[in-house]
Amino acid sequence: MTYQDQIDDALKGHGADYCEIRIEETDSTRLTYRGKELEDIAQTSGRGGNVRAVVNGGWGFASFNDLDDLKEKVGGAVEQARLVGGEGTKLADVDPVVDIVPPVVVNSAADVPLDEKKRQMDHYNDLVWSVEGIQSSDIIYGDNRRRVTFGSSQGTYIEQEFNHVISRISAQAREGGDVQQAGFSLGSLGDYNLVQGLDEQVIDAAKRAVGLLSAKALTGGERTVILDPVLAGVFVHEAFGHLSEADNVSENEKLLELMYMGRKFGGKHLNFTDGAAIPGLRGSYKYDDEGTPAVRTPLVRDGELVGRLHSRETAAMLDEKPTGNARAIGFNFPPIVRMTNTIIEPGEATLEDLLEGVDEGVYVANWYGGMTQHEMFTFSSGEAYMIRNGKIEEPVRPVMLTGNLFNTLENLDAVGNDLDMNQGGGCGKGGQMPLPVSNGSPHIRIRNCLISGA
Amino acid sequence: MTDDLLKRAKDKFGNAEVYRVRSESYPISFENNHLKEVMRRDQAGVALRVISNGRVGFSSTTNPERESELVDRVGTLAPFGSEAKFEFPAQADIPDVATYDSAVENITNESLIKKGQRLLDALLAKWPEALCDVRFGRSMAEESVQNSAGVERSVKHSGYYAAIGAQLIRGTDMLNVWASHSSHNVFGEDVEDRVLAEVLEALEHSKELASAPSGDVPVLFTPRGVAATLLDPLLSGFNGKNVVTGSSPIIGREGEKALDSRLSVYDNPLLAGASGSRPVDDEGIPARKIGLIENGVIGEPVFDLQTAGQAGRKSTGSAQRGLASTPNPGISVVDIAAGDTPYAQMLAEMEDGLIIEGLLGAGQGNELGGDFRANVALGYRVKNGEIVGRVKDTMISGNVYTVLDNIEAIADTSEWVYGSIRTPAMRCRGVELASGGDAS
Repeated sequence: MTYQDQIDDALKGHGADYCEIRIEETDSTRLTYRGKELEDIAQTSGRGGNVRAVVNGGWGFASFNDLDDLKEKVGGAVEQARLVGGEGTKLADVDPVVDIVPPVVVNSAADVPLDEKKRQMDHYNDLVWSVEGIQSSDIIYGDNRRRVTFGSSQGTYIEQEFNHVISRISAQAREGGDVQQAGFSLGSLGDYNLVQGLDEQVIDAAKRAVGLLSAKALTGGERTVILDPVLAGVFVHEAFGHLSEADNVSENEKLLELMYMGRKFGGKHLNFTDGAAIPGLRGSYKYDDEGTPAVRTPLVRDGELVGRLHSRETAAMLDEKPTGNARAIGFNFPPIVRMTNTIIEPGEATLEDLLEGVDEGVYVANWYGGMTQHEMFTFSSGEAYMIRNGKIEEPVRPVMLTGNLFNTLENLDAVGNDLDMNQGGGCGKGGQMPLPVSNGSPHIRIRNCLISGA
Repeated sequence: MTDDLLKRAKDKFGNAEVYRVRSESYPISFENNHLKEVMRRDQAGVALRVISNGRVGFSSTTNPERESELVDRVGTLAPFGSEAKFEFPAQADIPDVATYDSAVENITNESLIKKGQRLLDALLAKWPEALCDVRFGRSMAEESVQNSAGVERSVKHSGYYAAIGAQLIRGTDMLNVWASHSSHNVFGEDVEDRVLAEVLEALEHSKELASAPSGDVPVLFTPRGVAATLLDPLLSGFNGKNVVTGSSPIIGREGEKALDSRLSVYDNPLLAGASGSRPVDDEGIPARKIGLIENGVIGEPVFDLQTAGQAGRKSTGSAQRGLASTPNPGISVVDIAAGDTPYAQMLAEMEDGLIIEGLLGAGQGNELGGDFRANVALGYRVKNGEIVGRVKDTMISGNVYTVLDNIEAIADTSEWVYGSIRTPAMRCRGVELASGGDAS
C-alpha cells in the first residue's frame, strides 16, 4: 500500500475537528574531524511518522517509527485531543491541495561518492594544520535528505523533499591555558558545490585563530558597532524575528499591546522580511508542515510593524492571514511557528558611509550564535576589529552583543546596500533544533550597543 | 548470542557491537494558563559499530525495514573510518543503581493534568496577571549494548518531570521565570511544591527593577546560577575529547592545586534518583564516581573507549551516545560538595553585589579556555544583605578557573538543579560586569 493509501485509510472516520498525518524518510551522511584525524564517518537512515489531531481547540499528538496500525494511532491522538478540549478549534482556512513537489537540487550531494567527500574534507583539515601554531581543528560536513508525505482530513496531500548540506570549519590555537578558536559555517539546499573551493577561507580562519592569542580583549560597555552582513542576519533573527512568531502573542494580550500593527520600531530605513517563498535559500520550501503554501511576509516597513509569522491556528486566533511558517524539525515533533529566510532589506549606504563619523567603535563579523528571550537578545561575533577614525583596524577578541528590542532598533541608525545571506545557521525553539533557516542583511550600524568584556 | 544483527556482523567483521534503544514518553503541556496538548512519543532504533582492518565502521537506522542493510553499509564505511584505538570490552560486573521506577507505568494522562492544574491554580492565585506554562511528563526507555566480546547489557530507565514557567509584562519590561525537576523516580507533591516555590520566589524578588552594581563586587551564584554560568566552561576541560585534541586547559595539570581548596566536583552516575544516573555506560563499561576536582586539585577527565585509547588511558565508563553517531565521553551527574556557610549568611554578608539565577546566551562564545560571558536573564541586586530588585540589560563575563579560585563562600547544602546536577550556591569574586547606560 502506498503512503497515500495508508494515510487516506487511517484518516477515515477520525472523529476530530481536524486531523493530519506526516510520514518521513531520511538519509544522512556526516563526517567529523577533531584534531589531525577523522573522528567519525556515519551514514544513518530514518523513518517515522506522526498523527496530530485537534478537538475543541485541544491538541493530541502521537509520533512513532513503526507505521503499523496507523488507524489505531489516529484513534490515540484523537482521544488525547478530546482529553485536552477547550473553547473550540480555530484554524485559518487554507485551500486543500494535492501536489507532488519535484525535488530541485543542483549538484546534489547525494550523487557525490563518499570517498570524494572525505578527500575534500581531508584536504581542508590538512590546510588548517598547515598554519603554524594550530592546536586542533574541528570540522563537520553533513548532508541530509528528508522526504515528507503529508495528508490531512481536509483533503490536502503533499509529497515534498528537503535536501541540505552543511559544513562548519573551525581551528583552535592554544597558549598555556588560553585557547582561542576561529571558523565559519555554511549551508545550502543540497548543493555540494557549497563545500568546494574554500581553501582561502579555511587558511584565513586558521590564521585568525592563531592571531587571536595575541589580540587584546575589550572591556564591556556601550559602543558604536558595525555588523557585517552575516552577523547582521543573526541580529535580525534574534532581535526581531522571534518576537514576530505569532505563537508568542496569539494568547498574550499584554505582548500584543506592544506588538500591534503600525507600531514604530525605528527609522524609515528599517525594512524586515521573512519568507520561505524567497527561492534557493535554506529556509525555502513550497509548503510548510501543515500544508500551507509559503509566502513572503513583510514584517517591518519604513520602521513600522506590518506583519508577523503564523501557523494556521495563530492566524485564526488573531484574524490574520496564514503565512506558511508552521515547521517541525522531524516527524517526532509537532509543527510550531518558525522563521524561514529572514532579511533586513538593503538601503543605499556603502560600508564607507557607515564607517564615516565613527571615531571609535567595533567592527563585528561572523557568528558563534544567538539567543532570544522575548524583548532581550544576545548574539556573538566570530570576529571583531577596532574602528578608529572611520577605519577598520587591528583584530580584538570576539565579543557578545546584547540588546533590548524596544531600544536597540531605535539605535540602528544606518543600513548598507550590500545584502548578503548567512546560510550556515540552525535555529532552536521548543526543544526543536537545529531547524534549517537562513538570514541576511547588508552591513548595519548600531549606536550605544552593549557588548561584553572578554 | 541472541541478536541476529550482531551475529551477522560478527560473522563478517569479527569485532562488532549493536546498540538498541526503544522509548515511550508521554508529555502534557499547559500553555498560556490552559491545557494545550497531550502527546505520546515512541522512538526506536539500532546502531551497528564494527572494527574492520583496524578501522571503525558505523551506521544506524530508525527504519526497521532497513536494519538488514546495516552490515553492508558499515562494510562500505569502515575503510574511510577512524583508526580504532580500542577493543570491544568483555562483560564485567556492574554496580547496583536503581534507574527504573515501575510506578511510572501506571500514571494516567488524567492524573498528570490534575497535577498540572493544581500548580497552575496555585500560581495564578498569587499572580493573577501572570501567563503560565506547566509541563509534566513520564517516560520508559530501554537501552541495550551487545558486542562480540561478550557484553550483553540492557538497562531500563524511567523518567518523570515537572516544569513551571511564568511570564509577567509591565509596560515594555518582561520577566520570564522557569523551574523544573526531573528524576528516574516518580515524585510527589512536596517536590512539585518546591518547584512552584522557586518560581514564586523569583517573581517576588523581581517585583522591583534595580540598577546593576559596578566595580569589583561579589557575585552570588545560586545553584541554578552555578549550573547556568560555571559548569559548561569548567566541564568542557574535563571531556576526554578536548584532552585528546589538546584543547583542554587541564592538560598536564592533573594533581595540581588550581582552584579553591573547598571545591570538590564529581561526576557521580551512581547517585540514586538523579535523572542521569546509571550502572553502566553506553559501551558496556561499569559506571563509577569520578573525582573531577577534589579539594581544589585537578582530578581525572572522563573518557570513552576511543578517546581513552587515544590518550593511552582506560575508559572511565563515561560513554554517551544516541543513534546518530559513535559514542562520545560525557558527564552523567554533576555532584558538587556542599561547603559550610548557610545561604542566609552568604546573602547577609553582601554589602553590595549581584545574585545570578539564569543567563541568556551562555555557551555562545569560546568556552574551551574556561571563559564565560552572557546576558543576565535573571539576577538580583543585593544591598546591605538584602535583595532590592531585578537587574537587567547587564552582561557578565569571566573565566571559571579564575572565579573558582576566588570563592568567598560555599553554601552548606547542595540542591538539585534540573534533576541531573547537585550543587551548592557559591559566592565568588573575579566576575566582570557591563551594563547599559540606560539600564533602569
